[in-house]
Formats: sequence, structure tokens, C-alpha cells
Amino acid sequence: MDIPYTVEVRRDTGLTNGKIGIWLFLASEVMLFGALFASYILIRTGAPTWPRGDTMLNVPLATVNTIVLISSSVTMVMAWASLMRNRFGTFRIYMGLTILCGLGFLVIKYFEYSAHFHEGAIPSTNNFLAIYFTLTGLHGLHVLGGMAVNAYFWGPGAKLWKTNPTWFTNRVEHAGLFWHFVDLVWIFLFPTLYLL
Amino acid sequence: MSDHTAAPMAGDHAVDIDKHVRIYISVFVALMVLTIVTVTVSRFHLPVPIAVTVALLVAIIKGSLVACYFMHLISEKKLIYAVLGLTAAFFVVLLVVPVITVHDGFWIH
Amino acid sequence: MSEPTRPAAVAAPKPHAAHEVHHEELGFWRKYVFSTDHKVIGIQYAVTGLLFLLFGFSLMMLMRWNLAYPGVAVPWLGAILGDSRMPGGTMLPEFYNELGAMHGTIMVFLGVVPLAVGGFGNFVLPLQIGAPDMAFPKINMLSYWCLFLGGITMLASFVIPAGGAAQSGWTSYVPLSDIAGGGQTWWLVGMIFLITSSLLGALNFITTTIQLRAKGLTFMRFPFFVWAQFVTAFLLLLAFPPLEAAGVMQLMDRVAGTSFFLPSGLVVSGQALTNAGGGNPLLWQHLFWFLAHPEVYVLILPAMGIVAEIIANNTRKPLWGYRSMVYSLVFLGFMSFIVWAHHMFMTGMGTAMAAFFQTTTMIISIPSVVILTSLIISLWGGSIRFNTPMLFALAFLPMFGIGGLTGLPLGLNITDIPLHDTYYVIAHFHYVVAPGTIFGLMAGIYYWYPKATGRRMNELLGKIHFAGSLVCMNIVFMPMFIVGLAGVSRRLADGGASYDFAQPVLHWNVWSSWGAWTLGLFQLPFIFNFFWSIWNGEKVTENPWEATTIEWSAPSPPPHGNFLGVPEAYRGPYEYSVPGAPKDFWPQYEV
Repeated sequence: MDIPYTVEVRRDTGLTNGKIGIWLFLASEVMLFGALFASYILIRTGAPTWPRGDTMLNVPLATVNTIVLISSSVTMVMAWASLMRNRFGTFRIYMGLTILCGLGFLVIKYFEYSAHFHEGAIPSTNNFLAIYFTLTGLHGLHVLGGMAVNAYFWGPGAKLWKTNPTWFTNRVEHAGLFWHFVDLVWIFLFPTLYLL
Repeated sequence: MSDHTAAPMAGDHAVDIDKHVRIYISVFVALMVLTIVTVTVSRFHLPVPIAVTVALLVAIIKGSLVACYFMHLISEKKLIYAVLGLTAAFFVVLLVVPVITVHDGFWIH
Repeated sequence: MSEPTRPAAVAAPKPHAAHEVHHEELGFWRKYVFSTDHKVIGIQYAVTGLLFLLFGFSLMMLMRWNLAYPGVAVPWLGAILGDSRMPGGTMLPEFYNELGAMHGTIMVFLGVVPLAVGGFGNFVLPLQIGAPDMAFPKINMLSYWCLFLGGITMLASFVIPAGGAAQSGWTSYVPLSDIAGGGQTWWLVGMIFLITSSLLGALNFITTTIQLRAKGLTFMRFPFFVWAQFVTAFLLLLAFPPLEAAGVMQLMDRVAGTSFFLPSGLVVSGQALTNAGGGNPLLWQHLFWFLAHPEVYVLILPAMGIVAEIIANNTRKPLWGYRSMVYSLVFLGFMSFIVWAHHMFMTGMGTAMAAFFQTTTMIISIPSVVILTSLIISLWGGSIRFNTPMLFALAFLPMFGIGGLTGLPLGLNITDIPLHDTYYVIAHFHYVVAPGTIFGLMAGIYYWYPKATGRRMNELLGKIHFAGSLVCMNIVFMPMFIVGLAGVSRRLADGGASYDFAQPVLHWNVWSSWGAWTLGLFQLPFIFNFFWSIWNGEKVTENPWEATTIEWSAPSPPPHGNFLGVPEAYRGPYEYSVPGAPKDFWPQYEV
């Protein structure tokens, strides 16, 4: 059966079900990362000493990663805008770029992690590294998840454009909201861990 | 089945999107600039309280740009604002209350 | 900037009646196992919840042997459970701890919540708001299977890892849980499945309630049950993620050797630990209770919702103070996020924050009292029908009253000092959850069973179930206040037998144990009734209780798509005994 307001908005709320659903999900994610940030604050303020980010981590590499992720946010929103302009081909290009940027981010993270492990800097070494690996690890999993969703809409999911372009556009928008959120978390993670 | 090449809305729809795209590009530039700012400032190794304040401020500006323009929060519906407002309140509680409670109390490391 | 218009949609499908829907017939697996129909999923959740309630209760019945007769071999079971747990049939304290930790975990996360929220919420909510299903049926199905996987993980923890199941309490306090045996890791993984299930369910409930309510069904025309589920969903959505984060950190401590929760200089069994240290056990407690306090409102709110429906229906009167009840519910939900550290008064908290948490805790008791009082006043002048659902609903009121009032000394830090971690606490929370919530859930089962199956449950068996349960619950839990006031700690495998000061009150343990075993016996008529009535219960049509809410306009049981027409709400939810009306009830959905 068809569920109402999946594609068209409900008049009194002005929203589709999916739009509300994704924002509710993001609200829960705010609390998830919030708890980890709260843990960081509690552990750091309780520690007698705490190393400065740039003494433990690779700031230039992470800065590149920040630029990569922000760029991917732009390509993501451009992918959605292309659909709004009825340009499916352009959507494909921008979405592809978004996925590639995500891949780039993870590849750089892989090099970062490898370098740490090589020097014996592992999560159990000290609490700085523990919270660093946990926060960036969970964030990395979210990047991976976002990439999987984006790849679905770039590939097999794109069939929906032919049968229901509005619904497809909305779903890409919702995937975009998740992707932007992942970028948003990094915008706070990067200075917290690397610069302070 | 409907024709998947359903024509876009009349002219002003395309113009609407063009305005949005211009904003996206401006936000992108702003985010790049702010990234460079925050990394540069960190190299001065300011005292921790000041460093934290500056870094947080820049991050909040960057985050707001992403939220307002990429996530279209600036033109969202009241219901979404209400949910996010509630979330923000509890987020602040979570970030602030445990650390205050621990430091108000006795805990020997 | 304004919202741009979107590409042309395909013609928006209008809500249509169930009988117009044409589907290919789904096979057995898609129809009954991997179904996306909220009613099937609701029944899956409910049956799963009931089975886990029975299992969790059985764990406690076993524990109660050692509490009544410490060190005495358990009849029959000792041999089956083997020497590693019960050498010579006597319970090892480590095994007692496993039973205790898993009893709490299973009852809360696998029993009550799946039944109250997953079961009743899923089955009743869409019907009560006149919706064809949940907003996200596939996510609904996914949320059930996450629960299922979480349940399997928890059960597996009893048999698979060396060291047995989780043994550090349902609260998994660190540093003990950090260094405990293998089952604790399974507990953490299981919790991640369960939390995911709840988060997915919560966003489904909220979206469905806002978007799929029928025409004319404004928020202040919602049945109280809908409001209760709506607020509960917000609690789950926003309070669970911090526990998920804490679970990940505890997993890191256990598996990756981090020291999030391990302070420096910890010595275990004479050996200093070699971890990096610098962690804080209080961090776990803050994150755990940030969830676990709202969680207790997750446990009670659906039951309050059920009781409200049944009271209105069986007094043939509108609920007294509906508006204040709704405002109280919302206020309660909000306050529940800022009281959690009243579980932590004994952790060395300073006076400023203790004052803060005492204040918020005292304030939060107000909305609970408003709701309970309104329900009691709702009885006044009613034409009360004493059927089984109503008996359970009526008993809920004083039982919840006892539970709630006995919480007050726990919420003030000075009076908490002698009571913290004693049997007084156990008595308090069990009164709220056992003859409180569970009675509400039982009421709901008897009440909505006809809607789900098309048949009534047997009234005589129901009344036996009720009377026996009410008496036994009080025999089990009332003495625990006395035992707790005498100073006996909770989580002692021998119930305090090794302490001199406890000797005068130990006989109460025997009362509680026999009460528990008898309570178990009185569930048998219910279990029998539940299954027997599916085939032999008196058949009913749509509205056997002559109720006013929208679910009673659907066939019993409702078909796929729920309603024969498209429901609309024309008035409030409890228009009973309207002066001048032809019947003593004027349904919300009738023109």
C-alpha cells in the first residue's frame, strides 16, 4: 500500500515523512557524538597533563582531509541541485565526485592510522590516543556508511529517477543531509583533536 | 508511467536554483578561508582557554554555514526547528553537567 | 532564502481504503516473518517481549532460592546447570551475579520495552490515529530484527564465552565491568543492537504520529495513549545515543585496552593493572544514567497511556483533566533528561550539584502526581465495569502510588544515604515496574487482544490471573522495604545472611521467595488463556468494549491497510455519556 506524504508534503507541517525521519535520525546522532565530546571534555579536564594536538597528530594531512570533506559537501549539494534542475547526467558526475572525495578522506585516514600504529601509537597507549581513535573511528564508520548510501543512489538506486523523479530527488536530499552532518562533525572534530 | 523527462517548472524555478548554487559556492569559499584561519591561528600556540574559544568560534561559524546553507536549515519548517532546539538543549546539558558535577565533587585520581 | 520548487511529482496517491488495494499474495515468510505490516511486527515484538519477561522472571525465581535458603542445593536444577555454576547444586555467587545482571537487562530491554513500545506502540498507534501503517514500514521491520539479534546475543552470552554472562549488574558499573569475563563483551554488543532497534523505532513513531494522523485528529484530540507513546519516542531517540557511545568506549576498554574508565593505579587481586590509566569511572555512570533515567519513564509512560484508555472506557466518562495530563506528560519528558545524577548521590558529589539534582528530582514528581491524581479523579462518578483489563488498570493506581512515593526519600540525598543500594531501592523500582507497568501491560493485553485476534480472552482465567498476581506482587516486594530499611544491600548472593545486623529481617527473604514462586504459578492461567483464546475465545466484532477511539472502527483483526473506509476524527477521544446522545459513547470516528 502507499503511505501518504512519502513524496508529497503534508500541508500543515510542510514536510514529507522522509525529511522528518532523517532530521530525527540526525538529532540522535548529535547526541551520540555529543556524548563522545562530553567524554573528551571530562577526561581532558581531569588529566594532569594533556598533549597539544599537533605534537601527537599530523595536522597538514588532516587539513587536507578537512578540505576534501568540505569539498565533498559542496559536490553533494550540487548533486541534489542538478536533480532539481532536471540534469541527471550532472547529478551522476557530482555524486561520483562526492563518493570519490569520501574515498579520498578514508584513504588519507588509513595512512594516518598506519603511521600511528607503526610508531606504536595505539588506542591503549594513553587517553589522548584512545579518544582520538574512538572519535575518528566512529566518524570514519559514518563516512563509510554515507558512501554506501551515496553509491546506492549513484548506481542501482538511480532507477527511481525514471519512475518517480521527485521521490528520487528527495531521497538524494536526505542522503545529502546525512553527508553534510558527517562533514559537520568533522568541522568540530578537527580543531578539537588536532589543533588544541 | 509518467515521462521521466518531466519538464522543470517555469523559468523562475531554474533561477531559484541558480541563486542557491551561487550561495553554495560562496559558502564553499568561506569554509576554505575559515579552515586556513583556524589552522594558522593554532600555530601561534595561544594559551589553552583562548585557543579553545577561538577554535570553537570558528568551528561554530563553519558549522552554521554548512547547516544553514548546505542543509537548508535557514529555510526549514518550524517542526524541524523545534526538534533541533530540543536536541540542542539536551546536547548542552550533556556537554556541561557531567564535567561540572565531577569537578564540584571529590575524586582523587 | 526560500525553498526551491521540486521537479514535477507523479500524481500524488490519495489515501485509499484497504479493500481497494491490490497486492500479489505474499508468501508465508513475507507475510508472517519478514512482514512490513505494523500489526505483524507489533505482535512479533509483543510475543518476543512476553517470552523474555518469562525468561527474565525465571532467572529471578532461581535467584530467590539462594536468597531464601542460602547455600542449600537447588532442587532438580543443580544437576542440569553443571559444576561450573552450581557445584553440588548450590549456587556460586558468580552465577548469582550473572542471573542478577541478566535479569535486570532482560526485563528492562528485552521484556518491558519491546512489549510496551514495540508491541503496543506498533500495533495500536497507527490504528488509533487512523493511519494505514507506520511511516517507514521497512525500517519498522528492521527495528524488530535488530531487537531479535540483540536478544540472541544476550542469550548466547550465557553459553558461549568463558566466564559466563554479564555479571556486573544491569548497570555495568566500571571498573568491574571493564575487567569482567567474556560475557560482558557480548552484553555490550547486544546493547548496541537493542539501542539501534529503539532508535529506528522512535523515529518511526514520531514521524507517523505527526504525519499520518487522520483528518480532524488534532494533537489535543489524541487519545492519551498516543501522547504517551509520542513522548516516549523522544526519550528513546535522544537519551539512548549517549549509552551507545559509552558502550563503544567500554568495548574499547575491554577489547582495545584503552583506559576510558580505568583510573590509574588500579590493583586487582593483588596485581597492579598495566593499562595506561587516567580514566574516570564516573564518566560511565554519567553516560549510563543519562539514558537510564529517561529509560524508567520509557518503562512507565506507555503503561500510563494504556491505563488511561481503559479507565475512560470502563468508567463510561471522559478522562478528568486531559489537558493537564498532556502538559504534565510533556513536562515530565523534558525534566527526565535533567535528573539522572540522583542515582549518583553517593559518588562524592559536591553540595551544589547535589542540590541541583535534588531540586529537579522533586520537581519531576509533580507531573507524575498530576497524572496519577487525574486518573483517580476520573473514577469519581463513573459507571465502573470491573472486567479484567479494568481490574489491572485499577490496581495500577495504588501500586504506582506506592512506587512513586517511596522514590521520594531516594531523590533527596540525605535520606538516600542509608537507603542507596539497599533492598529499599529494589522494592521502590519494582513497585513501579512490576505491579505498576506490567499490570498496565497486562491490562492492555486483555483490552486489545480482541482487536488483534477477533476473540476475547476468558474472563474467569483473567480474574484469577489478576487476583493472584496482585496479592503475590505485594508479598514479594512489600517486605523488601523492611529489609532495605534494616540496611541489607542489594546484589548479595545470600540475601544478607552473612551479616549480623541482617539476621532479624532475613525471614522476610523467605516470604519474598515464596511470593515470587507463587506469582510464577499464577501466570500459568494467563499463558494458557493467551493461547487457548486464539481458537476458543468468544468471537467479537469491531468494538466489543463500546469504546470511542479510532482503532475500534477497524475490523477485528484489521486487514492490511487497516480500515475499510478512510477514517476521520470528528471530536475528542473520550466522548462517553454525552448528555442527550442515544448511546453512552460517541466514537471519535463517527460523523
